[in-house]
Order: sequence, then structure tokens, then C-alpha cells
Amino acid sequence: MGSFKEIVNTISNPTILFTSVLILFPFIFPPTDWFDKWHRKLGLHHLWGTKAIIIATIGMTAFFIYGLGDYNFQKIVLKPDNVPISGMIFLVVFFTWLSMNQAYKNDELLDKGQKPDEFYEAPNDKVLVWPDLVYVELISLIIMSAFLLVWSIGLPAPIEEPANPTESPNPAKAPWYFLGLQEMLVYFDPWMAGVVLPSLIIVALMAMPYIDRSPENSGFYSYKRRRLGISLYMFGWLVLWQLLIIVGTVLRGPNWNFFGPFEYWDVHKLEALTNINLSEIIYIKFLNTGLPSNILVREIWGILITLGYFLILPPLLAKTILRNMYEKLGVARYSIFIVLIITALTLPIKMYLRWIFNLKYIISIPEYFFNF
Amino acid sequence: MSENNKKSFLEKAAESQVWKSIFRGGGVPRNRRQRMMSVLNSVFLHLHPVRLPKHAVKLKFTWCMGGMSFFIFLILTISGILLMFYYRPTIEYAYTDIIDLAEQVPFGIMRELHRWGAHAMVITVWLHMFRVFMTGSYKPPREFNWGVGVVLLLLTLLLSFTGYLLPWDQLAIWAITVGGNMARATPFLGSEGPGAALLAIGDINFITMASDARFILIGGRFMGEAALLRFYVLHCIGLPFIIMIFMAVHFWRVRKDGGISTPV
Repeated sequence: MGSFKEIVNTISNPTILFTSVLILFPFIFPPTDWFDKWHRKLGLHHLWGTKAIIIATIGMTAFFIYGLGDYNFQKIVLKPDNVPISGMIFLVVFFTWLSMNQAYKNDELLDKGQKPDEFYEAPNDKVLVWPDLVYVELISLIIMSAFLLVWSIGLPAPIEEPANPTESPNPAKAPWYFLGLQEMLVYFDPWMAGVVLPSLIIVALMAMPYIDRSPENSGFYSYKRRRLGISLYMFGWLVLWQLLIIVGTVLRGPNWNFFGPFEYWDVHKLEALTNINLSEIIYIKFLNTGLPSNILVREIWGILITLGYFLILPPLLAKTILRNMYEKLGVARYSIFIVLIITALTLPIKMYLRWIFNLKYIISIPEYFFNF
Repeated sequence: MSENNKKSFLEKAAESQVWKSIFRGGGVPRNRRQRMMSVLNSVFLHLHPVRLPKHAVKLKFTWCMGGMSFFIFLILTISGILLMFYYRPTIEYAYTDIIDLAEQVPFGIMRELHRWGAHAMVITVWLHMFRVFMTGSYKPPREFNWGVGVVLLLLTLLLSFTGYLLPWDQLAIWAITVGGNMARATPFLGSEGPGAALLAIGDINFITMASDARFILIGGRFMGEAALLRFYVLHCIGLPFIIMIFMAVHFWRVRKDGGISTPV
């Protein structure tokens, strides 16, 4: 079984984990017809059948029980403030399945020309709030109260040593729900990972209904008719939100180094810090001239690339592969949409630039705290 | 006399003056009209419409996550008020008060209830948002209420974040230090943020460690007494006050925008 642990440790490495997720994702949540064709050919639509969730639940439970036999796994998973994450993993898997299961059933009904499961003949099909809803609410309240009471009796709230500003723990971690953001600090400076990107997440969420604004296909679970939107949202929610939180919590140890779930958190684990900036790659590696002293000259390549990415790419896409979308959304909506999307894409782009070229910053102006 | 015997105790009680004065209309809701009136005549229940589409009462559709979030918020309010009796937000007492709660109170679970409830609320709010997305319920005419919901999500996270500091142990201050340091990097408004150096006249910087966004957040240049008090006030008064306003708007708009979303 030792080799199983090693395999898990190896594939949890962000490079492998993220790459496989990135490749599999469009086949699991197909954004276009082409991906959908392969989604069905590969049989991935069975993921949303009843058998799949039973197997997934048993598999995940077995993994957790097996893992808890391991000292290092136990130590990180049973840390009191990490317990909610284990619960969340099960809940997210279950509710993703539940929504997709109903969505696929409704898709089939709609394909046959029937109404979705949620359709009702107003006003005859309505039920009374008293008692039909209030008793559902009452039962939910009782179950939730019981659940919280059992949890509270069973697991004491954590309290560590008294605060000591001179002795920082290694690693120092934010509360778990912010660890996705802290994980982004590996690839971005704090002004991006801690301020700009979180703000843009809020903005993007709020902007959503003003971009995807056709009231069609609302009020019931569906996938096929909202393919692109759901696929994008799922990517943000499952990969950039949930997965990054799990990576930040479970897989990051001292010095924010990567540690597999069955790996001992060795404070002395060494990882070579050989990250270099784009300007250094160009001037030192290629041109052999040394860095120019003028900041603008030094960083001009990075600035040009960044400007090109944000200013030239959107109109280019509008003229080519996103033409239909551009015509449908109009200039203002398209611009907001595409800027939000390509900003989100900077995260995976920077991840791969880091992993492949050891690239630290595309633009690096530490003189003005501007590193990108 | 014989007629009275047929009535249950509940029915008799429901006809008393006291019952009628409390529950407008009185009587046990048995027929359709009484059931409708019992919703209309209650300040709490009239958040709901009187009648709903069938799928709106199915857990399979709603997951009950919005309701759960609100319910956990109430649990957190009650347990939080109880905790406030025993907790003093000063560096001298904060930590020992928490230790006292753990060691001196037999069967004390108020702090556990508050902490795990807070974690649970973060998760239920996320799942509520996920459900609303998957049913397409953010689309017009509900787009504004979706935005209000996003603000509520943000406030939930901020409430949890501010509460995280209060035990004043190593876990608390270093988690908040990591979070607070982000504020230092705010563009233009953080002393180590891009553009902050531009806000200067000659050699005089306006954005320094003693005037930037982080300083505003933690009330000083270092994590200390002021940060604790600031987070305490925000956690117990400031943010709950704001979140309640947004919740009121959120619930009201659910009704005004046509209730639970339905297929057109």
C-alpha cells in the first residue's frame, strides 16, 4: 500500500493535478457541441447517473477512512478548522451530481418536446405554504440543529497558544475559505491575488446576469441549452475556487512548499528558487547585455505583451472565433465579459509559465511595487 | 357537553381568548382558508407567499440552502450574544476568557456552536449560490437580487474573517496577519501597493504604513489592541447591522421578483 500513497502524493502535485483537471474538464462539462460529442462517446455522461454517485461516495469514504490510518494525512485532515473542508468536498460532489442529474433528465424531456420536471400548470398545481412548506422547513431546522449540536459536542473548537506577534508559525495560513486566494499568491503578487482578483470575482459574479440575460431556461435544472455558461461557472466554482482551497489547505506545508496528502511536513524540504523575470530572460539569457538601468526599457517587453493581451486579444477574438458572441452581446457587454474571462485566464497562464520557464514576473517594477 | 368532548385539547385551546389574541384569527388551521390565513396573519410566515408551485417545496429542487443560511445566521446571533457576556475584547483578557469558556463551563458548547456554525454558514451560502446558478434563477427579472446575494456572500465571509481574530491565539492573529497584509498591497491605497508612490507631493508620501488601507483595517501599524477592538466591533455590531439590511432586501426582492423561479 506504500506505493498507493506514493502515487497519490505524486499526482497531487499541482502541476500534474491541475494539468489533468484542465484536460478532463471540458469533456466532463462540455462547453460546445464538439466536446459534448466526445463527452458522450467517452461515456462521461454516466457520471450523472445514479450508479456514479454511489460509487463516488463509497470511493471517497473509503479513501478518507484509509487515509486516516496515515499519520500525516490524519494530522492535516483532522485539524479542527480543516474538518469543514472534508465535509464540503462530499457536499460539493453530491450537489454537483444532484444538479447535473436533474439537468440531464430535463434536457432529455426538452429534447422530446416535453416540459421540464419543474413545469406546473398555474394556478391549479400550486400547493399551500401551510402545511406543505412549513413542515419541510421545520424538519430541515431540526436536522440542522441536531447536526450542529453533534458536531459541537464531538469536536472542540481550536484554541492554540496565546497570540505572540514575534513568533510566526510556518506556514501561516489565512482562514480556510481564503486559502484559494492565498494559493494564488504563489503565482501573483499580493496586489493581484489579494486585492484585484478577489474584487474581480465579486464584480464578475454581479455582472453575470447582465451578460447572460435571456430569461429562457431559468427556473429549472438544465445543461444543454446553457452549455457554455454552466461550463464557465463550473470551472470557476469547482477548479478556481474549490480545488485551489483544497490545494492551499491540504497540500501546502512549511514555506508554502508542496506536500502530498501522505507526506510528512518537513520544514527543511528544499525547493530550488530559480524563478526569474521576463526582463532577465530577454536581456541576460538571450541578449547577454545585462539589465538596462532605465525601467521602461527594461520592462518594455513585458508591458507590450500585457497590453497586447488585454487590448489586442479581445478585438481579435471578436473578429474570429467569438464573432457570434460579439454580435449577440454588443460592444459593452462583450468587452466586460471578455476582459473578465481573460483576466481569470491569467492564473492558469502564469501557472504554466512558472512551471515550464520558471517565470516569476512578466512585468517586474519592484521600485513601484508593480509586479505582474 | 357532548359536543365539547369531541374537540381535542388543541382545538379547545385554540378557541381561547389568549390564543386568539396571539394568533390572529385563531382556531387550528384545518381548511384551505384557515391555512392561507395562518400564513398571511403571521409576521414571520408572511415572508412566504400563501401558495407555491409544487417544485418549490421539494428538497431535490431547493436544497433548502438559503433557508439554512438564514437559520444558521440566527443560531450564530443567539450563540454570539451569549458569548459576548463572557468575552472581553482586550489583549489582556480575550485569550483567557476563551480558555475560561472551554474549562470552566460544564458542557459548554456555545463557542463550538458559534465556530462550527460559522463554517457551516459559509458552505451553505456557497451551495445556495450554486443552486441558484444551476436553475438559472439569476436571470432577469432576478438579476438585482443575485447581486444582493453576492454582497451577502461577501459579508458572510467578512463576518467569519473578523470573528476569526477574537480568540487572540496564534491561529487567530497569524490568519488575520496574512489577510491583513493583503490590504497593504492595495493599488494606490496600500503602502506597498502599485501606484501608492504616485500619491505624494515632493518627498511627502500620503500613503504610508501609518495611513494606508491596512492601517485602517487593523487600527495601527501592528496587530494589537486596536485591531482586536476594531474586529470585535465590526463582528458584533457593524457587519451584522449591514448584513441584516441586505438580508431584508434579499428576502423582500425574492417575493417581489416573482417568488421562486419557475419554468416559463
